[in-house]
Amino acid sequence: MDKLPRAAVKTYINGFILSIVLTLLAFGLVSEHVNSDHTAFSHGNLTLLLAGLATAQLLVQLVFFLHLGKETKPKLNLMAFYFMLLTVVIVVFGSLWIMDNLDYQHGDHATNEEVQEYIIKDEGIDHSH
Amino acid sequence: MTDCVLFATLFATFAVLHNNTAGGPPGKELFSLPFVLAETLILLTSSFTCGLALLAIRTRNKQLTYTLLGVTFALGLAFLGLELYEFNKLAHEGNDWQRSAFLSSFFTLVGTHGLHITAGLVWLAALLAQLKTRGFTRPVIRRFGLFALFWHFLDVIWILIFTIVYLKGAL
Repeated sequence: MDKLPRAAVKTYINGFILSIVLTLLAFGLVSEHVNSDHTAFSHGNLTLLLAGLATAQLLVQLVFFLHLGKETKPKLNLMAFYFMLLTVVIVVFGSLWIMDNLDYQHGDHATNEEVQEYIIKDEGIDHSH
Repeated sequence: MTDCVLFATLFATFAVLHNNTAGGPPGKELFSLPFVLAETLILLTSSFTCGLALLAIRTRNKQLTYTLLGVTFALGLAFLGLELYEFNKLAHEGNDWQRSAFLSSFFTLVGTHGLHITAGLVWLAALLAQLKTRGFTRPVIRRFGLFALFWHFLDVIWILIFTIVYLKGAL
């Protein structure tokens, strides 16, 4: 290891340890939850916690391994990254939104009239005026 | 970046379809968490050795480069083996991609990641051959930087799969 730049090696080792810890933490939480017959945490809280851990993990990977934000002046990589993030958010949340809307057509509503009624009620549309 | 968008669409598909099991088993009955944890740790370690290999190659430390790249390749191969084993097991139990919309999106998402890993291994093998024949020249080192970027990226995607598909699926 002597020949390698010490600071860079240290960055990788720190990133590695952090990512392992975060992974084990997330895994530990979920197995605790499953072992306690899904009573250890409330479902919503745990989902939020997992999302937080995954985001932290993502940042660790981006900063320690991919060295994002470490370039000089015109931060083109960072800008491209932000644009990608925007696209990803639109695609993922847009899909969920649209598909949730489409969900009106399925499930409990057997006939077209029922679907219409449900949509009118849900969206607060009133045809009387 | 374009690959990020590709995976985003697959994640969106999975997010939309993951409850549509068509009477088939949901994720929590199918996946073994310790098995997936092993896969995750293997891939994280391989990403780590890949990063160190990048440093070794830039300081032209031959011995260390070959060792670290060998470890990276072996870990990648081990990961791929585990993933194929899991797919095979699921399919043999009758839970293949034709079973339900949930499983279709699962196999598409995780399978696409597996294909990327396969491509990465072929890429790494090609780079190793170039290192052997051409030595530590600048173009080879630059190409290796690109490969390392790709490999770390796959690690990031797997972290998301691990959290969204497996951990959230187990709740």
